[in-house]
Amino acid sequence: MSEVKNFLYVNRKAPHGTIYALESLEVVLIGAAFEQDVALAFLDDGVFQLVKGWDTSELGVKNFQPAYTALGDYDISKIYVERESLEERGLSEDDLLELTYEDEDDDWAEKSSIRIVSREEMAQIMRDADVILSF
Amino acid sequence: MALLHTVNKSPYQCNTLESCLEHVGEGDVVLLIEDGVYAAVKGGKAAEMIARAQGVKICALSADVKARGLADKLVDGVEVVDYGGFVDLVTETDKTQAWL
Amino acid sequence: MSGFYEVNGKQVPHDEEGYITNLSDWSKELAEVIAKNEGIDMTDEHWEVVNFLREYYDEYQIAPAIRVLVKAMKKKFGPEKGNNKYLYELFPYGPAKQACKIAGLPKPTGCV
Repeated sequence: MSEVKNFLYVNRKAPHGTIYALESLEVVLIGAAFEQDVALAFLDDGVFQLVKGWDTSELGVKNFQPAYTALGDYDISKIYVERESLEERGLSEDDLLELTYEDEDDDWAEKSSIRIVSREEMAQIMRDADVILSF
Repeated sequence: MALLHTVNKSPYQCNTLESCLEHVGEGDVVLLIEDGVYAAVKGGKAAEMIARAQGVKICALSADVKARGLADKLVDGVEVVDYGGFVDLVTETDKTQAWL
Repeated sequence: MSGFYEVNGKQVPHDEEGYITNLSDWSKELAEVIAKNEGIDMTDEHWEVVNFLREYYDEYQIAPAIRVLVKAMKKKFGPEKGNNKYLYELFPYGPAKQACKIAGLPKPTGCV
């Protein structure tokens, strides 16, 4: 078997206004089929993707927010969100979706996938990744 | 002469809101649409910019506010309008400047 | 080639791979028609999977990849149903693909 690499998907765009958020999510779900070590990073306007409570009915587009909550099923358990980006935008962790995964090594206990990190930590996370995919 | 200014970009991604607010005049209306509505989130840096705009009405489009989960997060003083209200603003003002 | 399924004298459009174009067109009768087209006779076991997929789509707005389907089936129905062999026996041309088509869902994301 080939070596498992760690992939980092960097999300920096707000949802709806551009297609980046939806495209990134689709690539993540497709990429998850290859059983690599996948982590997602949300910084700058990307943090808006995780703000809960979307109602897209008036906008007339499909609400793809529920798909984020399926990430745990796809074994994606590392979702890094940058604290400074949240704060600049008047947001906190309470405003975000609850994203969970089941920990295989801990009797399938349900745990939060979201990890709030500082800008400095985010920089290190990017440096540590084998492959970065940017959206 | 009143102008309607529309802003459709996130204030955290580019400077369209900033530039818009430097060009507004007394009696003008600024309508936040698409990712522009993020400017009105309470506690955000952009909300301070909006608060400094004197004599200008600030509105945000309801469909875009709701789609982004922001209905209960808007700063005081921002009026939420629906598509009909958008049309009213267009007819009530003399012309429209779209800050793209 | 895109075309139509015939259900109760009504035409329901589908794409070139047989997935229905409008998800709201789906009905149990239509599912039977699509299944027949795929060479499948719908049994209770087939329905269990199809209904499960529809529930999954309803909650997450995506059709799950096969690996995810297997895991979720295992959690709900136990290992005797939550495995590749069982699902491939029911849907020989790929459970995610065929079952999703019968369930009226889009082609699964991550179906490679």
